[in-house]
Amino acid sequence: MNWMLDAITWVLLLGGAFFSIVGGIGIVRLPDFFARLHGGGITDTLGAGLILLGLMFQAGWSLALVKLIMILAFLFVTSPTACHALAHAALSNGLQPQLVEPETQTCDEGQQP
Amino acid sequence: MKHTISLAVALGAVWMLWSGHTEPFLLLLGVLSILAVVGICWRMQIIDGESAPIQLGIRPFVAYLPWLIKEIVVANLDVTRRVLAKEMPIAPTVIKIQTHQRTDLGRVIFANSITLTPGTVSVTMSGDEITVHALSPTEAEHDTECAADMNRRVVQLEGS
Repeated sequence: MNWMLDAITWVLLLGGAFFSIVGGIGIVRLPDFFARLHGGGITDTLGAGLILLGLMFQAGWSLALVKLIMILAFLFVTSPTACHALAHAALSNGLQPQLVEPETQTCDEGQQP
Repeated sequence: MKHTISLAVALGAVWMLWSGHTEPFLLLLGVLSILAVVGICWRMQIIDGESAPIQLGIRPFVAYLPWLIKEIVVANLDVTRRVLAKEMPIAPTVIKIQTHQRTDLGRVIFANSITLTPGTVSVTMSGDEITVHALSPTEAEHDTECAADMNRRVVQLEGS
């Protein structure tokens, strides 16, 4: 039973490490500031999420499990807020995103077929 | 009143779960801390449906969170594929999305959900319009559909 938990933890930790590295690669490869935010988003969500999930299997049914869940919950609230704050600050200081189509398209998804 | 009580209960649960000690002295410290925090929050008049959103009930966890996690995983795999592909097939786009939520809390949940999904970041929000930066038009397209779904789900979350 124990080796199974360890195996699950290994898979999840390696998966989390993989997505964290992919996030880093994204930050380096993507062309401009706004696109780079998306790279960071991978690390924030699946990277951190899988690592914490892996640790949860090691914690077992204990108070440490509750703490790990709380860390995950706070991360899921704070990281998009920080991401939004960065993007908003960049835009309001005059940084324009590099776009493929220069005009912005308006989509009200309520009227989409 | 229900917000004050729910805040106190939540703080008590946090104290118990994070300390795990049941000695009377530590419990007394916990009660004093909670009373101090609730008292300060009450004097600052910040206890309302935003700081203690008890009106949402358990819907965020049972109805919304599982669906959001699924969307996050799908979006993660898509962005990962794009980042790792040799020619990096991205085409950043800016789209505007109308929100249908009635409350500020609902709009914040919606905007944060958009940002939490990799490939889309909500950049600005004015009135009930959110400006979203998306990594690719297909992502934007998928996201407009996804956002419609997300929009509807957050509206449901707000309840009546």
